[in-house]
Amino acid sequence: MSTPATPLLQVRDIRKTYGARIGCTDVNFDLYPGEVIGIVGESGSGKSTLLNCLAGHLAPDAGEILFNTRADGLKDTLKMSEPERRMLGRTDWAFVHQNARDGLRMGVSAGGNVGERLMAVGARHYGNIREQAIDWLDRVEIAEDRVDDRPGAFSGGMQQRLQIARNLVTGPRLVFMDEPTGGLDVSVQARLLDLLRGLVREMGLSAIIVTHDLAVVRLLADRLMVMKSGHVVEAGLTDQVLDDPQHGYTQLLVSSVLQV
Amino acid sequence: MISVRNVAKTFTLHNQGGAVIPVMAGADLEVAPGECVALTGSSGAGKSTLMRMIYGNYLAASGSIIVGDVDVATAEPREILKLRRETLGYVSQFLRVVPRVATLNVVAEPMLAVGMERVAAEARARELLNRLRIPETLWELSPTTFSGGEQQRVNIARGFAHVFPAMLLDEPTASLDAANRATVLDLIHEAKARGAAIIGIFHDEEARARVADREIDVSRFTPRAA
Repeated sequence: MSTPATPLLQVRDIRKTYGARIGCTDVNFDLYPGEVIGIVGESGSGKSTLLNCLAGHLAPDAGEILFNTRADGLKDTLKMSEPERRMLGRTDWAFVHQNARDGLRMGVSAGGNVGERLMAVGARHYGNIREQAIDWLDRVEIAEDRVDDRPGAFSGGMQQRLQIARNLVTGPRLVFMDEPTGGLDVSVQARLLDLLRGLVREMGLSAIIVTHDLAVVRLLADRLMVMKSGHVVEAGLTDQVLDDPQHGYTQLLVSSVLQV
Repeated sequence: MISVRNVAKTFTLHNQGGAVIPVMAGADLEVAPGECVALTGSSGAGKSTLMRMIYGNYLAASGSIIVGDVDVATAEPREILKLRRETLGYVSQFLRVVPRVATLNVVAEPMLAVGMERVAAEARARELLNRLRIPETLWELSPTTFSGGEQQRVNIARGFAHVFPAMLLDEPTASLDAANRATVLDLIHEAKARGAAIIGIFHDEEARARVADREIDVSRFTPRAA
């Protein structure tokens, strides 16, 4: 596999404050195609604020987020027009919420949830849309006979897998994930991890994953950023940061994990 | 192929009064293609620490660690990831994989990661699993439920799947019976024959004598109290 020379995303000096309080500050990193970066830290460390700034859900106070667009190369997503950014959100970007209900339309069937993303990018042939929806439900291990059920009839793990199918059906290049395995049974987590790993490799996806689960980042993320009080206190190769942490907070975090 | 020069390592324990523990200083080591060098020294002397630094798993405090054309001590994470994918293999003592993934896929994965076709990768995975005597009935199961010795053999199959030009082996023959131990030694000999540079830790002295061309006692890199 060749290593592409151009980053997919370049993040420069991102800062977001809530009044006098710091949400996140001085965040800088590059993300290359096919790379998965994990963001860990305790509750309130600013990881979700950062993710929401990156994904365009929150407006940062300062900084640049350069995305390598298909049409025009590197563009600052913070300076894009609203329709342009929304288009990105429907096509090249995807956002997997911690709570699947935030990322699904609960009044629409499972097939409709997946098909809707396709229609948003111009698909109109009902037969093709349904076929693709069924194909994606199969990839996330949801049986074909559930295609017409509403997500409310699904278990939490199935809802999360449906949310992933809805997000990935349009072939995005960058996926933002906020605690994608949070609140799920461990056996379901493992299935989801396996699924995500396979999709990352097959589709060449890049992903930014916020989680507090160090076992999840060890298996999914190539690189890791550790946040505390809005600052990135340590960053590097995932296994290096976890096995030889340099910052006091990371050492505390790693040594606090309960062994099973 | 692997060149370690004047490498030092310290651990700083921020949560234990900021204690700074120097564990290695002035480590020097050269391994040529086709050569196998065994690290020796008593437990705690720093064999695994040195190996982990070469793999980029531990950060070196100073010095250089050249593998191929990359200085692991100063490289960017993605350069190290590329090195690990293409050039530098590592057989650790423990198998760490996503639960639920079939053994065959676990072994095939390093080959798929460098772009090999699935059919060819699976064929090679089958060949290795056969050689290491993992019964075919287990191939579709996740190795997380296997016995210690079986996991170790899956780990070895995975480690030798891609033809790495440089390899790090941490106790590859531990917890193996005589027949499997012989197979692993054969795999190491084959890797040497095709030009791989190998650094190994072997507590099994007989195995060490059979595959290692040289021994380096890492206790000579232990910092002396001033």
